[in-house]
Amino acid sequence: MPILNKLVIFDENNIEDSLKKAISSEPQDVVMEIRESGLKGRGGAGFPTGTKWLLARSAHADKKFVVCNADEGEPGTFKDRILLDEYTKLVFEGMVIAGYAIGAQKGFLYLRGEYRYLFDKLTKYLEQMRKENRLGNNILGSNYSFDIEIRLGSGAYVCGEESALIESLEGHRGEARNRPPYPVNTGYLGYPTIVNNVETFAVAHIIVAKGAEWYSKYGTSKSTGTKLLSISGDCKKPGVYEVPFGTTISDILKLVEAENTKAVQVGGASGFCIPKAEFDRTVAFEDVSTGGSVIIFNETRDMLQVLENFMEFFVEESCGQCTPCRIGNVKLLEGLMKIRNNDCSLSYIHELVDLGRSMQIASKCGLGQSSPNPFISIMEHFENEIFSQR
Amino acid sequence: MLVSEKNALTIEIEDLTKSFGDQRESLLPILQEIQLKHGHISDFAQQEIARLLDIHPVEVYGVVTFYSFLSTEPKGRLIVRLCQTITCDLAGKEAIANTLEKELQIKFGETTPDKKFTLEYCNCIGMCDQGPAMLINEQVFTKLTPSKVIEILKKFN
Repeated sequence: MPILNKLVIFDENNIEDSLKKAISSEPQDVVMEIRESGLKGRGGAGFPTGTKWLLARSAHADKKFVVCNADEGEPGTFKDRILLDEYTKLVFEGMVIAGYAIGAQKGFLYLRGEYRYLFDKLTKYLEQMRKENRLGNNILGSNYSFDIEIRLGSGAYVCGEESALIESLEGHRGEARNRPPYPVNTGYLGYPTIVNNVETFAVAHIIVAKGAEWYSKYGTSKSTGTKLLSISGDCKKPGVYEVPFGTTISDILKLVEAENTKAVQVGGASGFCIPKAEFDRTVAFEDVSTGGSVIIFNETRDMLQVLENFMEFFVEESCGQCTPCRIGNVKLLEGLMKIRNNDCSLSYIHELVDLGRSMQIASKCGLGQSSPNPFISIMEHFENEIFSQR
Repeated sequence: MLVSEKNALTIEIEDLTKSFGDQRESLLPILQEIQLKHGHISDFAQQEIARLLDIHPVEVYGVVTFYSFLSTEPKGRLIVRLCQTITCDLAGKEAIANTLEKELQIKFGETTPDKKFTLEYCNCIGMCDQGPAMLINEQVFTKLTPSKVIEILKKFN
């Protein structure tokens, strides 16, 4: 299934010479182009890509690594699957360009185990790139050499967190590391490493071809460019859409022909629930931030069931390393089961919301810091509905 | 386990350490290959991998038990993983779950007596626009209905 509603950047076919262009310019110029474009990490955290590359570039080490995070596990997200399947060139060449920019010799594509069916196709594409001298030694006749290896995950959501992903690449349990030090200094095997989302590499490829100025015309001043959204749930036309940052939730709902919408979960299980009254809010890093997941709920949906599903997910996927996340998620889920059994006071739920806020502060990695988000936002907007239905 | 089987497994693991390398970073690819071929990673396999990578067996056990696609216990040749996450749930996962349980005559988490099918739930497999969805080994099936499930299972019989 192709990307629906290709707007700007993924509509361009004129990107053949991106790799050549990058390799014939100075690495620092490539980094600067990305910095000027204002590109921010497309996995959801939104760290400025140019800054990440610059930090890795200025780190002193005899080896550096590029990692493409294709451990797309956030519920409701499937854009990376489509990018890998149909825009393979953008992703892999984007990795080569990143490697050239920071001075790395090797890249990894960390592909989630659930997408194993893409493995052969991607491996073949890498072989083709090597034959065409777009990968391997002396790429396109330059002095630059770079190769990519595909590594599979084995069904662990937490490995989407960059330091857990690196642990997994090193052959360990996918438990997040303390940060700092950050991977740009101390990453894979202790060497400077950049970990970027699949979409980030694809977009970087396009920016190199078309220029930062062209790219930053799209979107808002704080969130330049466009975003791929994976839209699912109660609508007529689910799929992957490309929209400029600054698009409102209600415009997105029109795009996918959603009717009688009660709420939209933006950012997946670790994201926020936006109720109808706030549909004029926009998808942007400064407003509603997302790695791409948009899940639509219509009027018939029971928000308690939705929230239970999210909390069951986190209880299963918490790596168990730190206490706030390991115990906290269980407590939040138990509270929901109490509501289901009509055995819960509203004031206890308010206590759990406070617990959630503590988890946001006290958890070690992004998983535990964001897992209370749906609990807090759904209770904020729907506690009366949830309690009055029982 | 017969001595000859043990030797064969050791040789297999030695070959894997030759192709992937015998450093710690090769642990996951080696485990994934053993899991794929044998349906689980036995105590003996874990010990042999540990010996050949020169790490403690507990390190190997820790990794095997961390990842949901790796297992210490034997599973069926075909692992049916039904997505239980939100969009598939809303799209009618429950009916599919019931159909699978009835057709295979096992509950989730169980393996059929002929060791052919193991039935499991899994979290989001990135098919949210086409739910309910499931994986059978690495193959993906989408927009499931009870009758479609029956057709799919027939193909594997």
